[in-house]
Amino acid sequence: MHRSLTRDEIAKRVANDIPDGAYVNLGIGLPVLVANFLPSDREVVLQSENGILGMGPTPPENEIDLELVNAGKQPVTLVTGGAYFHHADSFAMMRGGHLDIAILGGFQVSATGDLANWSLGKPGVAPAVGGAMDLAVGAKSLFIMMEHNMKDGGAKIVERCTYPLTGIGVVTRIYTDIAVIDVTPQGLLVTDWVAGMTRETLQSRTQAKLAFAASPRALN
Amino acid sequence: MINKIVNSLAEAVAGIHDGATVLLSGFGGAGMPTELIHALIDQGARELTVVNNNAGNGETGLAALLKAGRVRKMVCSFPKSSNSYVFEGLYREGKVELECVPQGTMAERMRAAGAGLGGFYTPTAYGTQLAEGKETREINGRQYVFELPLKGDFALVKAERADRWGNLIYRKAARNFGPVMCMAAATTIVQVREIVELGRLDPESIVTPGIFVKRVVGVATPQLSS
Repeated sequence: MHRSLTRDEIAKRVANDIPDGAYVNLGIGLPVLVANFLPSDREVVLQSENGILGMGPTPPENEIDLELVNAGKQPVTLVTGGAYFHHADSFAMMRGGHLDIAILGGFQVSATGDLANWSLGKPGVAPAVGGAMDLAVGAKSLFIMMEHNMKDGGAKIVERCTYPLTGIGVVTRIYTDIAVIDVTPQGLLVTDWVAGMTRETLQSRTQAKLAFAASPRALN
Repeated sequence: MINKIVNSLAEAVAGIHDGATVLLSGFGGAGMPTELIHALIDQGARELTVVNNNAGNGETGLAALLKAGRVRKMVCSFPKSSNSYVFEGLYREGKVELECVPQGTMAERMRAAGAGLGGFYTPTAYGTQLAEGKETREINGRQYVFELPLKGDFALVKAERADRWGNLIYRKAARNFGPVMCMAAATTIVQVREIVELGRLDPESIVTPGIFVKRVVGVATPQLSS
């Protein structure tokens, strides 16, 4: 039997992979949790699409400023050294390859690193993409954080995405509650897994074909 | 003498015609020119095409304009938020059109309009539904999508401080789309919390130079919403 990581544990694992000095954008949802676990001995600069570099944590109730919010419109703060800028500059930072890492949630990731994370393609629902497509193509590395499987057990790591695409061949690495998987030119490579995991079990929960590092590291 | 200051919100929004394309600044509530929008509702222009990152929250500002039935089409990147029920209802009933544009593409299309460019190639959205039917081109081994400029007849923008020449500075993350929208519209109308004497704004800190601004109106205590 194997265990699964909690959402906080996935966030902590991702945070540990962010190097000192990195410029990072955290997407709405699971990725925002990463901010709570950044090691205190590293300077990591968080970018927010609405024009903030050096985004800090949620302020106490009495210091909330409705003109200082994050991509999810939640109140945030500015760290010492932070800066404000307009939207065209903010997205130039993404598209222009200036961000080191973008971390997004995902509905599906394909064997070749295609990402679907903005629409379930349901008819009658207004399409809403926000900054997802710009982030997906622009950052030097794109990490996806998601549960390994859908609630009904269906695969989210698939041969080909069936939901509408966000970007083609854009994903660098996938972090789930049971494994860390690199997208390589040769295909998907499992580098870390939770204690008690086997190749057979992980492959059975993954539609795309997996390759495995000689001895995957412990994910905890 | 140049004096772009107008004395009332009604004077600020005068002349916005039926069918106009109106750029509205703001990201959710941050930077939304709520008082100018309410003046536009009173002014009465209809059949508007409105460009904003979102599609209104609650029932003030853009949501109130939608609820009043003045908007024919929304151009935005993210019409969904926790309380965007006014737009969602109109969309379901087929009473408002939607053009969904990736957020960075929307900003750059307005910048291109303001900069006099005929468009640009962006890697964003290549191979996705949002690029269907658009021209594509390979440049240095990478695939790009061609996007056209997005020009406004009017822009309604919120800033923090202005002088009578229309020079502007903004406040915190309420800056967002303001500077590109000021550039992209034929007539840019700005509400500011404070109007200062010419010369009082630090020239090194002015974000939008007055050349991009036509009218300025003071709203000392603007309504803020989340």
